Amino acid sequence: MSALLLRDLRLAFRAGGGFGLGLAFFLIVTVMVPFSVGPNSATLAVIAPGVLWLGALLACLLSLDRLLALDWEDGSLDLLATAPLPLEAVLSVKSLAHWLTTGLPLVLAAPVLGVLLNLPAGGYLWITLSLLIGTPALSVIGTFGAALTVGLKRGGLLLSLLVMPLYVPTLIFGAEAARRGAAGMAVETPLLMLGGITLGAIALLPFASAAVLRVNLR
Amino acid sequence: MIEVRDLSVSRAGFPVLEGVQFALPAATALVLRGPNGIGKTTLLRTLAGLQPPLAGEILGDPDDIAYAAHADGLKLTLTVEENLTFWARVFGAHDIEPAIKAFNLAALRTRAAGSLSAGQKRRLSLARLMVTGRRLWILDEPTVSLDAASVQLFAATIRAHLNADGAAIMATHIDLGIEGRVLDLTPFKAKLPALDADDGGFL
Amino acid sequence: MSIWEYANPKKFLHTSERVLPSLWVVSAVLILGGLIWGFFFTPDDYRQGSTVKIIYLHVPAALMAINAWFMMLLASLIWVIRRHHVSALAAKAAAPVGIIMTLIALITGAIWGQPMWGTWWAWDPRLTSFLVLFLFYLGYIALWEAIDNPDTAADLTSILCLVGSVFAVLSRYAVNFWNQGLHQGASLSLDKEENVADVFAFPLYTCMAGFILFFIALVLYRTGTEIRARRMKALIARERMSDA
Repeated sequence: MSALLLRDLRLAFRAGGGFGLGLAFFLIVTVMVPFSVGPNSATLAVIAPGVLWLGALLACLLSLDRLLALDWEDGSLDLLATAPLPLEAVLSVKSLAHWLTTGLPLVLAAPVLGVLLNLPAGGYLWITLSLLIGTPALSVIGTFGAALTVGLKRGGLLLSLLVMPLYVPTLIFGAEAARRGAAGMAVETPLLMLGGITLGAIALLPFASAAVLRVNLR
Repeated sequence: MIEVRDLSVSRAGFPVLEGVQFALPAATALVLRGPNGIGKTTLLRTLAGLQPPLAGEILGDPDDIAYAAHADGLKLTLTVEENLTFWARVFGAHDIEPAIKAFNLAALRTRAAGSLSAGQKRRLSLARLMVTGRRLWILDEPTVSLDAASVQLFAATIRAHLNADGAAIMATHIDLGIEGRVLDLTPFKAKLPALDADDGGFL
Repeated sequence: MSIWEYANPKKFLHTSERVLPSLWVVSAVLILGGLIWGFFFTPDDYRQGSTVKIIYLHVPAALMAINAWFMMLLASLIWVIRRHHVSALAAKAAAPVGIIMTLIALITGAIWGQPMWGTWWAWDPRLTSFLVLFLFYLGYIALWEAIDNPDTAADLTSILCLVGSVFAVLSRYAVNFWNQGLHQGASLSLDKEENVADVFAFPLYTCMAGFILFFIALVLYRTGTEIRARRMKALIARERMSDA
């Protein structure tokens, strides 16, 4: 399993692996926001937590179609499915690799981009913490979506359509925690709910993803 | 090693082969023959456990099987050595040196797989079988894009594998000069099911 | 005699064709009767005036929007566990009906909300939940459309339906937490003291019964269509196989 994780990380960092693209996208989206809503710092401060969460979510979404599609195209997914690793474990590891290469950089970049959006001083801790707790769920749910659409041509758009509704609870609790934190309110409840969703998704969704992938491989 | 009883397999929901029977003891090879579209790949995928059989049984230990598909399954940005080491670790850390030697990859070991020729990639993907340490190799058109010398390397590897009590099932049109049974799949072509089967003619 | 006999497509078609004509008639009578009763023979509400009468479309549509998804969930489970083709096709057939019901609920809600709340749309938990439900239907239908092999499509959509149901419930709670909302509480419930007055309730029950039967009729009819389409595909494939 560590071999698979190592391989996926290595592939992401090699040329053409796409590492950093999600991060760059996150940056671009955040920069575009003031252009669209105006430079008023009071307005930006209010919407900053939501924009950062939405930006992170979209950046995550964009990188999902590479998650399994590359292994599908070159045939290594078939070989992995016949390897001694259970498919559930393969998919969990791939989710983890996706989170390490996409989710974690977003978490680290969010406070920096918060400066651009005039995020209130109290909000930095909570935006980082809520993203740290919430982005693993985005990767795991995204893996399910990627497994659903892996054999399809033009699966990318469909993938977004399928995954977005599944992201709703994560986005609501995550952004709510960040918003409350920025406004100096209590954040325990949304953070706990967010953590619950993440843990539940990590524990259960790989089984659904593996079931779906088996159907797609046959 | 593996025994197949009355096996039917389907592709995209339609039966392609039915009533396939064979038993393969250790140290033997089975070569599948038949025209394009008869269902060789489908049969091999079913044996490898990638898809469920439509009917019949496959007796054997799935942990004996190593499958090599039509596609090479290589990561182009990883080197030859990295590709092999990865599969070796997935299958439980076997030594990759014999595989590198058998397929004459020593000179290429630090090259990225993407810079190899089609035949060299094929050699690498066949070398992968050796690092799995599995006894039953299931091979789909293993000799595609191999030159004559590489085919000899491959044949020698298969012979060594069989001598070490291994077994192999392969779909190929090339005569490798290996002692083995040949199974022509043409007689097993699935007949059309009756229109009014129990699910009302759904196929 | 067991209910699984109807999992046979032929038996299903045969039976549904026998009950469909009467289902169409009864559901049409109930819906038209309920609407006419509700629109013309009930007094105006003392606060909401005559706008309240849209309730006779809004509530039954909302009811069916949710129950259509439940039905799909049930049918998906039956497919996953027992692998009856008719079940998978019934789930497929119900989805477009469900999405239209959701749309009707959303649109009639907007029309009702405009004079009452002074806005067409508010991010109220109930409204938002229905919008999310609409997105779930959209994804489900899109997945069916995207896949060629009918058995693969049935498997994938079933699992999507199961996973989606869990996330739909989660979204419902998330949305509730996120905004307390404008929407009035349930108009009908068994354990509440202040329900809708009987004069309004009886035509509403009539409409709801009509919508339920109408939904069943539509799903039976559409499942029949799907079975025939599937059979046609099978026949064409047979042609191809015997030519080859």
